Amino acid sequence: MSARAGEILVPGAAGAGKALVLTAPISFWGGVDPKSGRIADVRHPQHGEIIAGRVLFLPGTIGSSSASAVLMELVHSSNAPAAMVLHEPDAILLLGLIVAREMGWQTPVAMKLDRQHFSAFDGHRVEVTAGGMIRAVAAA
Amino acid sequence: MRIVADSARLLGAPGLIPIASAHIDGALYHGDSGTLFAERLVAGGARVAVRATLNVGALDLTGCARVRLEEPARSMARRMMEAYRKLGCEQSWTCAPYQAGHRPAFGTDVAWGESNAVVFCNSVLGARTNRYGDFLDIACAISGRAPDYGLHRPENRRPTLTFDVSGLPAAFLADETAWPVLGSLYGREVGNAIGIVTGVKKHPGEDALKAFGAAAASSGAVGLFHIAGVTPEAGTFGKIEAETTIHVTPEMAADARKRLSTAQTVDRLDAVAIGSPHLSLDEFGALERLLAGRKLSVPLYACTGRHILTELDKAGRRKALESCGVTIVADTCVVVTPILADRRDGVLMTNSGKFAQYAPGNTGYGVLYGSLADCVESAVAGRPSFAEIDR
Repeated sequence: MSARAGEILVPGAAGAGKALVLTAPISFWGGVDPKSGRIADVRHPQHGEIIAGRVLFLPGTIGSSSASAVLMELVHSSNAPAAMVLHEPDAILLLGLIVAREMGWQTPVAMKLDRQHFSAFDGHRVEVTAGGMIRAVAAA
Repeated sequence: MRIVADSARLLGAPGLIPIASAHIDGALYHGDSGTLFAERLVAGGARVAVRATLNVGALDLTGCARVRLEEPARSMARRMMEAYRKLGCEQSWTCAPYQAGHRPAFGTDVAWGESNAVVFCNSVLGARTNRYGDFLDIACAISGRAPDYGLHRPENRRPTLTFDVSGLPAAFLADETAWPVLGSLYGREVGNAIGIVTGVKKHPGEDALKAFGAAAASSGAVGLFHIAGVTPEAGTFGKIEAETTIHVTPEMAADARKRLSTAQTVDRLDAVAIGSPHLSLDEFGALERLLAGRKLSVPLYACTGRHILTELDKAGRRKALESCGVTIVADTCVVVTPILADRRDGVLMTNSGKFAQYAPGNTGYGVLYGSLADCVESAVAGRPSFAEIDR
């Protein structure tokens, strides 16, 4: 089973869930429904998947500057991913977590990990510790 | 200030810099969390320290268009807009603040949100901003400061990539649809890199640059582009040694145009929407010329800011457009809030690369992409009509 130490981008609660490895960059605004966490972008390869409760691997983000607002709303409505693993820090998206923390809401941990390691977690249940370990624990 | 400092830390910025103005994208309602945040700022006595214009909200406060936002969301959206007013922001409610009198000087540092406004501010005005996400924009406006990184630093504004359009026919480049189509291709190809477009012989006009940037910023993470001979910084870099050159072929442009449409069929039409980014007065002029007083068979939504509405009202132009069946939408637009009829299998036609990108996910409508002339002819005919199908 794969295990990697990631770098913590925004501290938050440890989480576990089925891995959702996106194969294309996404705009959270216009691409993810803030009410349900469903990927709404019809052109995205993972269209229709639900990001709520998943360990979300993001190869990149594009598009709207409202991505932060969508992620914060997902946190507030308990539809956030269980943990987020990003190829590189994203100044817009991660703001959603920074501001949610300011509001006193519990946020998932966000980690940095090179996207070449993402596929090893695909199809597995993954645990992410608050300290930064990303571990595949079982076939999902 | 803590939000600005936390963001600076996340980005590895060495410090903060003063800013001259802000454009705030955070007042659009996506759920209660944003309203609660804005009201927390108001309760703490916060005020903006610099000029801060507001991007679109979720309601049309001018009463031009009916927004189908139900309670309690409607009240929360109104509370959110009110909170940003109390913070001292200008009630501009437009995604084209740069056409509503907010044009920062070349070389000044500002903190702007709204992806199309950011790219226009950097590229066409030559002011300096990063792609500020919702909430950091208002945090910067209140503190008067922004993290010193990215596009604020001149060394990061140099192009590393060339996007050469000299292989495209002059007739294509002269057509209004060239710019949104090329923008969507550019955004997908370059991601977040800084590119310079070469091979453009004639200044395409500000509205074309607006459409190019908006499309590029929705298909990619584009915050700044240069166009040789057109945008103000393009000539300031000396000899550019691009790491990559993309030679755009007519096939690539045709494919990008095709990808803007998602509707499976071209035999029905439920609505037409234009104005993303918000229409300028010139664009309304083009709409009026093409419409020529004819009555529409399907609704045409023309989205704009209240700065334009005032001008249209002065000359009686709004009444004339409305009597033809045009619905003017002010302060907001049809992809950010429910205005279109609730129709899961609906088909929307647009000339906007940005609407084409976001309408399917946000409205459930399939999209047909066409020129403004195609949009108007189709709205009159009540079914899709294209001047040239296989351009």
